[in-house]
Amino acid sequence: MSIDEGVRRLPTQEITTHTDSREILANAAADTERYGLDDYFIVDVDSHHVELDSWPEILQYLDNPVLRDTANQMMRNWPNAGRLALHNHSPGLTMQDVSGRIPHQAALAEETPGSEGGAHRDVTLVRRAMEAMSIDLQVVFPQPMLETGLHPQPQVATALLQAYNRWFTAEVLPREPRIKTMLGLPFEDPEACLATVEEFADHPGVIGFLVTSQRHAGVHRNAYMPLYRMLEERGLPIGFHAGPNQADSMTSTMNRFLSAHSMSFVTCNMTHMTNWVINGIPERFPGLKTIWIESGLAWVPFMMQRLDHEYFMRQSDAPLLTKPPSHYIREMYYTSQPMEWTDDALLESTLCAIDAQNSLMYSSDWPHWDFDVPGKIAAIPFLDDHAKRNILGETARKVFGL
Amino acid sequence: MTTTTARSFDVGASTDVPERGRLVVAIDAGARTVTVGVFRFRGRLFAYENVCAHQGGPACQGRIVSRVRERLDAEQGSLGTVFDEDTMHIVCPWHGFEYDVTTGRHPGRPDYALRPVAVAEEGGRVRVTL
Repeated sequence: MSIDEGVRRLPTQEITTHTDSREILANAAADTERYGLDDYFIVDVDSHHVELDSWPEILQYLDNPVLRDTANQMMRNWPNAGRLALHNHSPGLTMQDVSGRIPHQAALAEETPGSEGGAHRDVTLVRRAMEAMSIDLQVVFPQPMLETGLHPQPQVATALLQAYNRWFTAEVLPREPRIKTMLGLPFEDPEACLATVEEFADHPGVIGFLVTSQRHAGVHRNAYMPLYRMLEERGLPIGFHAGPNQADSMTSTMNRFLSAHSMSFVTCNMTHMTNWVINGIPERFPGLKTIWIESGLAWVPFMMQRLDHEYFMRQSDAPLLTKPPSHYIREMYYTSQPMEWTDDALLESTLCAIDAQNSLMYSSDWPHWDFDVPGKIAAIPFLDDHAKRNILGETARKVFGL
Repeated sequence: MTTTTARSFDVGASTDVPERGRLVVAIDAGARTVTVGVFRFRGRLFAYENVCAHQGGPACQGRIVSRVRERLDAEQGSLGTVFDEDTMHIVCPWHGFEYDVTTGRHPGRPDYALRPVAVAEEGGRVRVTL
């Protein structure tokens, strides 16, 4: 007896960190066929590569010779600092893969024959994900660098961001024109932010700038106004990318990663949005396109209702506003992932509240544990084809001038 | 109107599916290819289509693990987490959705369920019917 013709045992019985991305994502091809996604222009506005894989290379882009020497000595002498020197990577993040249940979060340790490692390997991995998910353009961000806003030495954080930005624009972007990015701003240093925009704004593939949201800076401080003016004048969007923090005053009470992740990825952007709107930044810079990244969507109707409710009683606290806060919130942009779709009626209400067909942009967040495939947008039953096309790519085309 | 006739396929030997193990096969079934995971728990076979109820991920190719439970003492205080060895979960590697292998259902939200596939064992061979 033998197996029947037409039956094949899959070579990969269990997906691990060593499985090829294209095989991990093979089922996304079913969505491509079912929804005709090859016919859509798909822009993924939030995905990631693992910059710590290239950390020794990146550290050589540090300007300051003293800091560069510190980094090199750390890598040489500390047994575990080869890919972490100068970084404030939080060890709690190793809980993200749910104890090996979601392997791609821990590592994409697959073979990449012919790649030279470092940036070349990163580009290979990005191409595999784009191909598997029928994505036309992918905005790529780092991962642990999203935590630099919590670095104990802000001047080191600024230097690391500058080094990373120079490495990414020199080594990654030139290799693949379908890769785009919004470069991180060294937000603790407003002057350095201006210098960053000046240095990189015209670099091919740089389509905006990013504030990593886990930080304790008030985004309404006067020192940031020249930055917002500069971005507005150049027509470059500013993004606020959420991040994790299990050590702030509230999340430090939490004993589970689920709890801290659910809250901290949202409360950081809630804080910045509140300061942004209540201090009238949209009134001061009406042409500045603002994008809220990776906080999901369920928080936005809450913010609209909560801020409107208080504004109507305390107009004198927000004197720059000429409209209720929800109006400004509806005029900003949002990336879709992780789209909380646990209740059809609530999701429909949320998408209506934020005017999703004009404000929402698809994002995968690949290769993170809570990533979304494009088929998730295509499957929404209460959106028409026009809205789906906007969300999957046309709104991003307009916002970023793609 | 199109009608489809169920067809049975020999997918492997019984020994290909060990206790708490799996066999994942792709089957050309007429116009479409269906990928099926066959699992064994306490001697019995269970089979499901390799498509997660969440976002369509390859649920049958994920980690096999017992359900995690939390023990409480008489005062309802937590004694920490333990594996429930009386259960076998299959975990979708895309996002971690877990399914009880005996029901194909998510333990916290049963309407999230894998599509079951008929499976039988005879003469040391495993057959699935599509």
